[in-house]
Amino acid sequence: MAPRLPDPGPPGISARLIELGEALRDEGVAVGTSELLDAFAALEEVPWSDPENFREALAATLAKSPDDRRVFELVFERFFFRATEAAAVRAGIKEGSAGGQVGGDSDGEGQQAGDIDLDALRQQIAEAIRDGAESAMRDLARLAIAAFGRQGTGSGVIGVDVQRIRRQLGLRSEPQPDLPPEDPRHDGLPRDELRRFEQLLRRELERGQIERTEQLPASRPLNELDRALPSGPLQDLAAVHRVVAQLRRRLATQGMEARGRKRHAHVDVRRTMRASLQTGGVPVELRFRPRRPRRPEIFVLCDVSTSVTSASVFFLSVLHALHDTFRKMRSFVFIERISEVTDVFERERDFAAVSNAISRDAGVADISGYTDYGRVWNEFRDAVADELHPRATVIVLGDARTNGRDPRAEVFGQIASLAGRTFWLNPEPRLYWNYGDSVIAAYEQYCEAFECWTTQQLEDFVKALTKPMSAR
Amino acid sequence: MAATPTSVDQVREGLQSVGYLPGESTALVSYLATRLGKPVLVEGPAGVGKTELAKALARYLDRTLVRLQCYEGLDEAKALYEWNYRKQLLRIQAEAADTGWDRVQDDIFGEEFLLERPLMTAIASPEPVVLLIDEIDKTDQEFEAMLLEVLSDFQISIPELGPVVAKTTPIVLLTSNNSRELTEALKRRCLYLWLDYPPVEQELAIVRLHTPDLNEQVARKLVEVVQMVRELDLKKPPSIAESIDWARALLLLGADDIDEGVFRETMSVIVKHRTDLDIVAERVGVRLGPGPPSGVGSKAA
Repeated sequence: MAPRLPDPGPPGISARLIELGEALRDEGVAVGTSELLDAFAALEEVPWSDPENFREALAATLAKSPDDRRVFELVFERFFFRATEAAAVRAGIKEGSAGGQVGGDSDGEGQQAGDIDLDALRQQIAEAIRDGAESAMRDLARLAIAAFGRQGTGSGVIGVDVQRIRRQLGLRSEPQPDLPPEDPRHDGLPRDELRRFEQLLRRELERGQIERTEQLPASRPLNELDRALPSGPLQDLAAVHRVVAQLRRRLATQGMEARGRKRHAHVDVRRTMRASLQTGGVPVELRFRPRRPRRPEIFVLCDVSTSVTSASVFFLSVLHALHDTFRKMRSFVFIERISEVTDVFERERDFAAVSNAISRDAGVADISGYTDYGRVWNEFRDAVADELHPRATVIVLGDARTNGRDPRAEVFGQIASLAGRTFWLNPEPRLYWNYGDSVIAAYEQYCEAFECWTTQQLEDFVKALTKPMSAR
Repeated sequence: MAATPTSVDQVREGLQSVGYLPGESTALVSYLATRLGKPVLVEGPAGVGKTELAKALARYLDRTLVRLQCYEGLDEAKALYEWNYRKQLLRIQAEAADTGWDRVQDDIFGEEFLLERPLMTAIASPEPVVLLIDEIDKTDQEFEAMLLEVLSDFQISIPELGPVVAKTTPIVLLTSNNSRELTEALKRRCLYLWLDYPPVEQELAIVRLHTPDLNEQVARKLVEVVQMVRELDLKKPPSIAESIDWARALLLLGADDIDEGVFRETMSVIVKHRTDLDIVAERVGVRLGPGPPSGVGSKAA
């Protein structure tokens, strides 16, 4: 197989640095020539032998905000990882088959997996994550891949594999009280370390793939998830307000644009006739009916099970902040059953308070705590069927993961036919749709489905929602 | 003290010797600042030691610290220089009536009549200084634009006197709490340093440095609790300064362990919003486990 490698380009560190600058620009970091010059100046002062210093010196000169810094870290990692791997493939270096081979021949692997005590491995990994032991985590990541990675079939999508391995290891940041107290997972694992471990898993999987295929995968733009909606418990209120303020402004102007652009749609006969009186009854000047922005009536259904909580509460709060854009709005949250939370938002303006109140009072989890879409549709239909009409809009926010239960798409279809428009917002990237227990395809035939995990996508959606109504 | 450090480690040790424990990037950026002569923009949450870094640098390099505290409405007259017009008036009056206007004019716009404000002081100082422009995000954009000249060329133009060029290169630190986005032009001229809450070990070292008498176990637990509190979604997460305050308070109280009772009574040292107090009491208090029975009642000071 002819290795498909990027052109190595001119030799020397300067060329590499400029390439790094290009890569950063591609990801939206404003790296000017002066920044690059600064970087060179800084590198004259620090020893390059120390990777930490090298990276910090570049970061201090190239990345000038916390956001940029995060992007920088990701790009830096990716850039030099790819560079090393490309060099390794070019030079034909492979890791010895002596041990720890990742993704090599399958029987050797099966052998290895057989040897590993899975529970002990879980335990060790959890401990390493708790202690934040970097090198131990790296070794364990490879073991975990050897143990779990090839059981059954790898999906071929690295992100999916990573999540699958993590689930099989039972690694979660939430406390798991049913485990014995001496188990490090009992109190939950530190989120950052967990993420770090996932990165290592991903890295090792990629390395294995590159070794197998002897080519670099196409350079993908940064995963939007990495810099997407704030999703941790540290929901940044200021960030939410910023988005909302922008949205509001944009909505205001955007409505105007549309009104201007589509002005020729409807002639207002009455006003045209009235105007024609000035010209002796000849309608010289046409008058048009003004276009009012759409002020839909909105019913929002929001999944608040743990898998999507942060996205949904964020989404709800944005919608409520935009409250005056809509004529009427009712919100429901659901897990196994639904509960109306409209008044919570009317009462509470504070984001944290809202999310507290919902988790405390809504009482939507029944027995299992897993989403039950079939039951939710039934309850929702019973609750609002009378109020649904062709000018109403139903928005569902959820990952459409039924946990193996009956999706009851026909009930959803009934709801969709009663309402004028139905949207589905899925906080998962489209890549994961219909994978595993996700049944979004069953619902998609009745509604417009959007993926929504960045503020940009959210904005796009709100624009679509408030687009001036065409004549119906 | 060394005039200019020659390695990152030297800076780190130097800062440690004056009582500031820098993180990896802090030491590096400080070093770059001394070598490259570029201003450093330091951002981060409140109370992680941004201002303290400037003070420590000044102590370590044995330079005078010139501080410009920014606030809304800060203008050139308060930041750069001002003509001492009272003195000018007196001078004009003191001159006899026969002196011509030209002579008086030459006279009263001399350096003698210049009131130096912080930026001017820093530029004109014969000795190299550390210039701290604190909370730059509090000023308006016009002021930022004016700073550009100072920061890129280290010079100030006075119409009557001509440009005043720095004799020595000051180390400039600008701090910001990120309450508004700074302009690109300003950022481009600066090195960037993001100071975040330190990891457990580093914070422990800082707390121990400031309260050496506190029992190590207590100090460790204290730091762990503070880090736990920061994880929560608070209006104002506790800063390093508050960890130190808390350590001092515990030292004064003679506490030898942090249990629920002690925590409830003293948590107002680290948490300073009523809603935050509730959250913290609810989420952290129970985790600590009950200590010896103590008055559990209303404790919000």
